[in-house]
Amino acid sequence: MNNKGVDKSKRQFLTSALTVVGAVGSGYLAVPFLAQMQPSVKTMAAGAPVEVDISKMEVGQLIRVAWRGKPVWVLNRTPEVIETLKTLDAELRDPLSNDSEQPASSKNQARSLKPEIFVAVGLCTHLGCSPTFRPEVAPIDLGEKWKGGFFCPCHGSWFDLAGRVYRGVPAPTNLEIPPYRYASETRIIIGEAAEEKNA
Amino acid sequence: MKPSRLSECGNWVLDRFPVTKFWNDHMAHYYAPKNFNIWYFFGSLALLVLVNQIITGILLTMNYKPDAKLAFDSVEYIMRDVPWGWLVRYMHSTGASAFFIVVYLHMFRALLYGSFKHPRELIWIFGMLLFVALMAEAFMGYLLPWGQMSFWGAQVIISLFSAIPVIGDDLSLWIRGDYVIADATLNRFFAFHVIAVPLVLVMLVFMHLVALHEVGSNNPDGIEIKASKDPWGHPIDGIPFHPYYTVKDLVGVGVFLLFFATIIFYMPEVGGYFLEHANFIPADPMKTPEHIAPVWYFTPFYSILRAIPDKFAGVIGMGGSIVVLFLMPWLDRCKVKSIRYRGGIFKKALFLFVVSFLALGYLGTQPVTPIATTMARLFTTIYFGFFLLMPIYTRWEKTKPVPRRLTKDQSLEEQFHALEEQLPALIEEITELKPVSTEIGHPAFKSTFFNRRPNPKGIADVISRLAIKLKGSLD
Repeated sequence: MNNKGVDKSKRQFLTSALTVVGAVGSGYLAVPFLAQMQPSVKTMAAGAPVEVDISKMEVGQLIRVAWRGKPVWVLNRTPEVIETLKTLDAELRDPLSNDSEQPASSKNQARSLKPEIFVAVGLCTHLGCSPTFRPEVAPIDLGEKWKGGFFCPCHGSWFDLAGRVYRGVPAPTNLEIPPYRYASETRIIIGEAAEEKNA
Repeated sequence: MKPSRLSECGNWVLDRFPVTKFWNDHMAHYYAPKNFNIWYFFGSLALLVLVNQIITGILLTMNYKPDAKLAFDSVEYIMRDVPWGWLVRYMHSTGASAFFIVVYLHMFRALLYGSFKHPRELIWIFGMLLFVALMAEAFMGYLLPWGQMSFWGAQVIISLFSAIPVIGDDLSLWIRGDYVIADATLNRFFAFHVIAVPLVLVMLVFMHLVALHEVGSNNPDGIEIKASKDPWGHPIDGIPFHPYYTVKDLVGVGVFLLFFATIIFYMPEVGGYFLEHANFIPADPMKTPEHIAPVWYFTPFYSILRAIPDKFAGVIGMGGSIVVLFLMPWLDRCKVKSIRYRGGIFKKALFLFVVSFLALGYLGTQPVTPIATTMARLFTTIYFGFFLLMPIYTRWEKTKPVPRRLTKDQSLEEQFHALEEQLPALIEEITELKPVSTEIGHPAFKSTFFNRRPNPKGIADVISRLAIKLKGSLD
C-alpha cells in the first residue's frame, strides 16, 4: 500500500499520453472512413473514349453524346456563325481562352480542331447545368444582343457558339473542351488527345 | 394501508428509472409564461412534423430502391401499386414543405419577441443548427426520387462546393463519389437522408429543448417571468406546461392537420411548388430542364446566389445569408426583447427584411431576366443590410418602457365583440343610401327605393385611417 498520496504529475502525463494516442488513432481511423467516399476503382475505370460519326450531321445541327457520364456536344457550325465568332471579342470575358480548360490544339478563336466542327463538354462552368442550344439571332426572350449561342437556364450565363463566356454573367470561364481527335474525316474520338501539331 | 401490487410494481420501476421526475421537470412542473399567443404554436408543430417525417420515412424505405436504375420506378411503384403508398408519400413530401413553413414562422417569432437574446443565445444557435441540418436533410431527400429536378438541383448545389478555392474540385468529387451525379451519389444521399442527418436532427432537438427548459421560455412581452416568483418559488406569471399548454397545443395541432390534410388530399403538388413538375420526368444527365428552380423553401437563398455575378462570391453570399442568422444574438444591441416595446426603426427594418425575404423567395422561382436580376440584387442588399447594419441602428433605438409583469392581451372573443360593436358604424361609413326609382308599370305606381351603394369617399377614409394606424404601429 502506498501512502505517499497522489502523484499528480504522473497522472497528468498518463492522461496526456492517452489523449494523444487516442487522437492519433482516431485520425488514422478517419482516413479509411472518409476515403471510402472517394470514387471507386470501378468508377475511375469507366472513362473510356467515345466514337462519334459526324458524316450524317447537317450544317447547323447539334448532337449530344455521353462521355464519362457528361453530355458532350458536337456542333456543325454554319459559315455565318464562324464569321460572327470573330466579332465578339469585346463582349467576352476570356476571348483567347487563357483561363479556360481545353487541349492546346483547341486554344484558338473557334476553340476547335476544325473551325466548322465544335466539340465541348455541355456543362456550364458556373454550377454544372447543361446550357440550352440557342442558335437563333436576337430571339424575344434573350434580347437584341443575342448573336446565337448557349444559354444556361439555371443562372442565366451566356456563351457564344465557341463556348466562350460573355462578360457580366455568373460563369467564370469558357466551356470545357474535352480531348478529342479525328480518326478519319467523319469520325471523332472523344477522350483521346489529338496529336499536337505545334510549330 | 398496504400498497397495491400495481403501485409496488410502479415504485420498483421509479426507483430505477425516474419517469415521474422527468415528466414533472419538463411537463407538469415546467412553468411557461401565461401569455403565449398564436406564434407559440410552431415549436410544438415542428416536433409533430418531425415525427410525421420519421414515421412516413420509415414506411417509404420499405419500398424505395436507392439505385439510379430503379429509384424513379420504385417511387412510381409506391404511388400506384403499394396499398396506401400514395398517402404515405404525399404525407412525407407535404411534410417536408410543412416543416419549413412552421420552422420559418417559428424563427420569425424569435425575431419578433427577441427570443434569441440573452440568456437564450444557445437555444438560438441550436435552433439554427437544426435549420441547417433540416436544409441538408431536405436537399438530400429531394435527390431520391431521381427525377429531372432531383438530378439537376443536386448538380447545382454540389457544384457550389467546387467554387471553394484550392480544395473545391476534390471536395465536390468526394461528395458525389463520381465525376457527375450518379448511382454512387444517390446511394450515399439515401444513407445520409435516412440515418445520419435524422440522428443529428433528433440530437439537436433534444439539445434545443434542454437549453430551453434550463432558462425558460420567452414570451410576447419579452419579460423574464423568473424575476417575480411566488412564495413557493414558482413564477407568478407562469403556468405549468401540462395541462395548460399541452391542451392549447392540441388546438394548434387540430388546425394544422386541417391544412395538412387539405393539401395531401386535394393539392399534393401545390401547383408545382411542393412537388415540381419537372420531377415527374426521370433524371436525364444529358439535358437540363428549360427552367430549373429549387423547391420553394430554398428559393430566397438561391436568389441571393443568382444575384451575385461571380461564382465564388455568389457561394459566399448564399452561405453568408445563413451565417448572419447565427450571429443575431450579438448583432442586435438593443436590451429590450419584444417588438412591443422596441423602437420604430427596428420595426421598419424587420418589415423590410420580411418583404425582401418573401420577394427573394418569389424571384428564386422565376426564370432569370435582367429586371428580375436587378430586383434580386436590391433585395439581397436589404437582406444583408438588415443584419449588418443592426449593431448601428439598434444602438439608437428609442424603446418604450417595459412593464415588470406580463400584460394581458385582448382575447379573441373580446376582439370579436369590439369589432361587432364597430361594425354598424363602419357599414354606415363605407356605404350610402341612394334613391332608386322604378320605371316599370303605370306612372301612378312609380315608387322610389333606397338602396345601399358603396361610398367611395367613405371607403377612402377608412383605408387612410387604417394606413395611418398601420404606420403608427411601426413607430
